[in-house]
Amino acid sequence: MPWIPKTADMPIPLLEVNNLRTSFHTNDGEVYAVNDLSFSVEKGETLGVVGESGSGKSQLVLSIINLLASNGQLQGSIRFQGQELVGMKPKEINRIRGNRIGMIFQDPMTCLNGYLTIARQMTEVLMHHQGLDYASAKKHSIEMLDAVHIPDAKNRIDRYPHEFSGGMRQRVMIAMALLCQPDLLIADEPSTALDVTVQAQIIQLMNELQQEFGMSIIMITHDLGVIAGISDNVMVMYGGRICEQAPVFELFDNPRHPYTLGLLRSVPRLDTAGSVKLHSIPGNPPNLLQLPPGCAFVDRCQKGIPVCDQRQPRLREISPEHRVACHLEELP
Amino acid sequence: MTKLLRVDDLKIHFRIPGEGLFRPRHKTLRAVDGISFDLDAGETLGIVGESGCGKSTLARGILGLVPVTGGSIWLAGEELAHLSARELRKRRQHMQIVFQDPLASLDPRMTVSEIIAEPLQVFEPNLGKKERKHKVQGIMERVGLLPNQINRYPHEFSGGQCQRIGIARALVLKPKLLICDEPVSALDVSIQAQIINLLMDIQEDMQLSMLFIAHDLSVVKQISHRVMVMYLGKMVEATTRDDLYRDPRHPYTRALIDAIPIPDPAIERNKKFEPLQGDLPSPLDPPSGCSFRTRCPMAADSCAAEAPAQREVSEGHWVSCHFA
Repeated sequence: MPWIPKTADMPIPLLEVNNLRTSFHTNDGEVYAVNDLSFSVEKGETLGVVGESGSGKSQLVLSIINLLASNGQLQGSIRFQGQELVGMKPKEINRIRGNRIGMIFQDPMTCLNGYLTIARQMTEVLMHHQGLDYASAKKHSIEMLDAVHIPDAKNRIDRYPHEFSGGMRQRVMIAMALLCQPDLLIADEPSTALDVTVQAQIIQLMNELQQEFGMSIIMITHDLGVIAGISDNVMVMYGGRICEQAPVFELFDNPRHPYTLGLLRSVPRLDTAGSVKLHSIPGNPPNLLQLPPGCAFVDRCQKGIPVCDQRQPRLREISPEHRVACHLEELP
Repeated sequence: MTKLLRVDDLKIHFRIPGEGLFRPRHKTLRAVDGISFDLDAGETLGIVGESGCGKSTLARGILGLVPVTGGSIWLAGEELAHLSARELRKRRQHMQIVFQDPLASLDPRMTVSEIIAEPLQVFEPNLGKKERKHKVQGIMERVGLLPNQINRYPHEFSGGQCQRIGIARALVLKPKLLICDEPVSALDVSIQAQIINLLMDIQEDMQLSMLFIAHDLSVVKQISHRVMVMYLGKMVEATTRDDLYRDPRHPYTRALIDAIPIPDPAIERNKKFEPLQGDLPSPLDPPSGCSFRTRCPMAADSCAAEAPAQREVSEGHWVSCHFA
């Protein structure tokens, strides 16, 4: 069932994903990394996506920007500013990717080309997408490096990636993603590989830049603390599906899915007393090759009822903007 | 209580060859520079710091996996540096380590039982086949592995289960000291909690002493009795857990605590703090005086002139800062 966002007379959302299904042909059979996903992102909104390894959160991102591995296949619809991205020709998607949609990945070292100077890599973006000449592209790149607080950007821009520290490289990545002032910025675990103090800098920077440029952000992370600080809405994924989605305060105050609840309780927190045993979710994340016919979380769920084994729970709206996929919600 | 482990002014330096072709000027990297602490039996000391602060090198130095430049390490009243290689090897069974990357630290060509039994073959060669298997099964059960998994290979397990195998291998000899080098950093949140709980249980059962190394102060808070914070090879603050989190004295400790996002939007969004600026300086070329001064919000002239000494500001609470 397609999810119809709020009221019909609202302006179209920036990004609208409907019944998205991403599958991969493998020797062991068909693997569904993303399964029947529907959501939307409004202009200026930050959507946080939480999930463990294998939850499909990274494949979701790669699906949106059409960067799936060659054995991957997309079904469903991804509409960006009203334009359908699924099935779009490479030439057309290239005009959107890196231009209207910016991306930041987890590991800045593998995303930057180690053989090219920062200047070369940044100007390329502007020359390709906006047809600027080298001199003005470089001027613009330096301004962007200044915006992400790289000291001495004017001279630093002629350096190579290895001459920057991890946090600096991530800043360069962010600057590069923002060069064309995209409407949507997708950040896939941008602070996971960084130290905590640097992570705090990067998160603060992203908040600041969003206020300045007004773009929407999809923030993928497994860190619930980062989610709490940055997102407006949160989507929790498990086994390739949405198990819960809600505005951030609602999700943290009133988590309904047993997985969300377990996740929130299993994080060691600085603000609570130590040495009490952590709550833990038993078992392991599911194997996408052998997903059960029913709810993917059933093996680890302590509240399971017989129907969980048999049928996939439906994603239902339990209060405005709060959606949960759990059979317990359907009980009278 | 007797001290199980005492580390006194430990220094681990590496010589880095110079870059000039004809003028090879060596530089010295002071990975660990004058660290002292002790550890009681049954106690957990958390060691926290950012990457490059020397926490892993410290762990390896204690185990003798990297050569020590200066200072001394005492295990159960014996100084390890004075022992012959053969004698040192015998002591190794009392100190074991669990590594960060669960899969990379297991030999992919050995089955679980072979991996866990290997320490027994080295240190208890006279043990019969049956007894050895019995011990392996016992420890597998203890760490939460199923008996029918005994002949499987590491690639058949998930990250959390691989970490359990690593823990079983470290514990099968019933060591007195367990060093955990970021054992949960590579794991998913829900699995992290399982492993932390397991380590806490086992520690209580076996009266283990633990050195728990992590970059995450919230994980360390969960598991440690005392905590030591390191920066560029030096100790900046060390005290009991509750003291450290209630009353952090060093500006670096405060910055680390503030930087951790709290999973509660109401708290997280109202947090007022200025994250530390800049990056860790190169350990090859540390700043003069206090090594933290380049990023410290409180830095003054005296910080550049003179390195702060370790002072005991209250009982058992050590800080290296001119202003603490």
